[in-house]
Amino acid sequence: MIKLDEMQMRLLEEVADLHKVPEGAFNIRSDGKSIGRASTENIEIVPREDGQGLTIHIRPGTKNESVHIPVVMMKSGLKELVYNDFYIGEGADVVIVAGCGIDNCGTQDSEHDGIHRFYVGKNAKIKYVEKHYGSGTGSGKRILNPGTEVYQEEGSTVEMEMVQIKGVDDTNRVTTAKLAAGAKLVVRERLMTHGQQNAVSTYVVSMDGEGSSADVVSRSVARDNSYQKFDAKLVGNAACSGHTECDSIIMDHGRILAVPGLEANDLDAALVHEAAIGKIAGDQIIKLMTLGLTEAEAEEQIINGFLK
Amino acid sequence: MLELRNISFAVNADETDKEIIQDISLTIPQDKMIVITGPNGGGKSTLARLIAGIEKPTSGRIFFDGEDITELSITERAKKGIAFAFQQPVRFKGIQVFDLIRIATGRKLSVSDACKYLAEVGLCARDYINREVNASLSGGELKRIEIATVLARSSKLSVFDEPEAGIDLWSFQNLIEVFRGMRKNIAGSSILIISHQERILDIADEIIVLKNGRLVRQGSKDDVLPELLGTADAVPECRVGGVQKGGAAND
Repeated sequence: MIKLDEMQMRLLEEVADLHKVPEGAFNIRSDGKSIGRASTENIEIVPREDGQGLTIHIRPGTKNESVHIPVVMMKSGLKELVYNDFYIGEGADVVIVAGCGIDNCGTQDSEHDGIHRFYVGKNAKIKYVEKHYGSGTGSGKRILNPGTEVYQEEGSTVEMEMVQIKGVDDTNRVTTAKLAAGAKLVVRERLMTHGQQNAVSTYVVSMDGEGSSADVVSRSVARDNSYQKFDAKLVGNAACSGHTECDSIIMDHGRILAVPGLEANDLDAALVHEAAIGKIAGDQIIKLMTLGLTEAEAEEQIINGFLK
Repeated sequence: MLELRNISFAVNADETDKEIIQDISLTIPQDKMIVITGPNGGGKSTLARLIAGIEKPTSGRIFFDGEDITELSITERAKKGIAFAFQQPVRFKGIQVFDLIRIATGRKLSVSDACKYLAEVGLCARDYINREVNASLSGGELKRIEIATVLARSSKLSVFDEPEAGIDLWSFQNLIEVFRGMRKNIAGSSILIISHQERILDIADEIIVLKNGRLVRQGSKDDVLPELLGTADAVPECRVGGVQKGGAAND
């Protein structure tokens, strides 16, 4: 039985909604080491030989199962680079929950760079949830640089939910995807930065097969003196449909750069981008004030709703 | 209940002060439904916004239940019991109809309680409660949700700024029924509606006519409505050229 201390539990709750050791296949990594792991009949989690990551095999046809691979870090000054490879068998339908929580009370920077590669088999379907969270009062930064590579075979579906709401000082997120015929990718990113934080999110999605589709949507809020860059590029190499959207609220001295990019290399590629950045509309605040909220409460409600 | 004393409101345009509201004094008594009407640009909406605290008067005082609320913020006035329905309902990304109604009631709310307010404005609650209050809703739907948020406030004074604006005929029919229902249950509260619509004027206890920022007539519906129907002021869009513009009659 794995024993988790209070801090580990709190971080696990923030990044993976876990209140106890999860059921099904899982691996919990804490301060650079695996502290618990379980495979199931259909999902096998194998540690890499160098200890820095996992290989996860999901059998064809696996349904209604989940994989949890959360990472927590409490040691100040720890830096790690981890590779996790997922092989999802044909026709499988699973939920994968990753995420990283860093609590840094020290003066040295803590950094977790996780590279996730997904090889999604024919007609397989995955929902991938990745939450990032930082806490701690130390002056050391909490840094997360996730890299995600997705290779989708024919007819597969990948739904990704990427969330980073609080406490991460520096992020450079790079996501690439390659879609075969009929494959579908849906990305929902939610991001809030505050203080002096810096977040860069880059997507390159290649729709290589006929009938593939991608929908990459980011909603973000930049507060205080934080900075965000959202750079989403959709490449249509076949008859496909792609949509990308960046919808952002800036507050205080927050700054955002949105760089939506479309590249059509096929006559039947239909690509759309939308980007909007602005402060909270005055009317929205006034409306909520007429319902009895103070200006600050109104702002909070608007942002909570926006990032929900 | 509500008293305006010598209220004036000016805005500075092209370096000259333009008086939108000029020295208006009036009282909204308890248990009454009052409709303010008059030509476009006469200052009606501005007056409603002054009451809700969205604008502050250049001079004059506003009293609510005997208390001077002239300097109070929108929030403070809302908490004292003034509710306001916007002419153009505000859209929110991500905030759901349920959230808005929950905020309006100011308490923890079950979904079934929230549904009651939607049912009152003629919306099938199940279809709407989880919808976002965004551009996916039609003008008529937004308007009814706006009115539901005001009902959920259960305020002493509810102010509606042109509830008929931007909704279709079918929704309007329903809206009249909503206001009739409110009129029936008015005890202990008051309702102030800014409107051009004869059928809304018809359910008022009193009618106030504003023109060029001045109060030109105040009296019971039975006295004022017949006078208005003899003029072009009550429903200017319909009576001055609107039919020719909007209808097929020009062809």
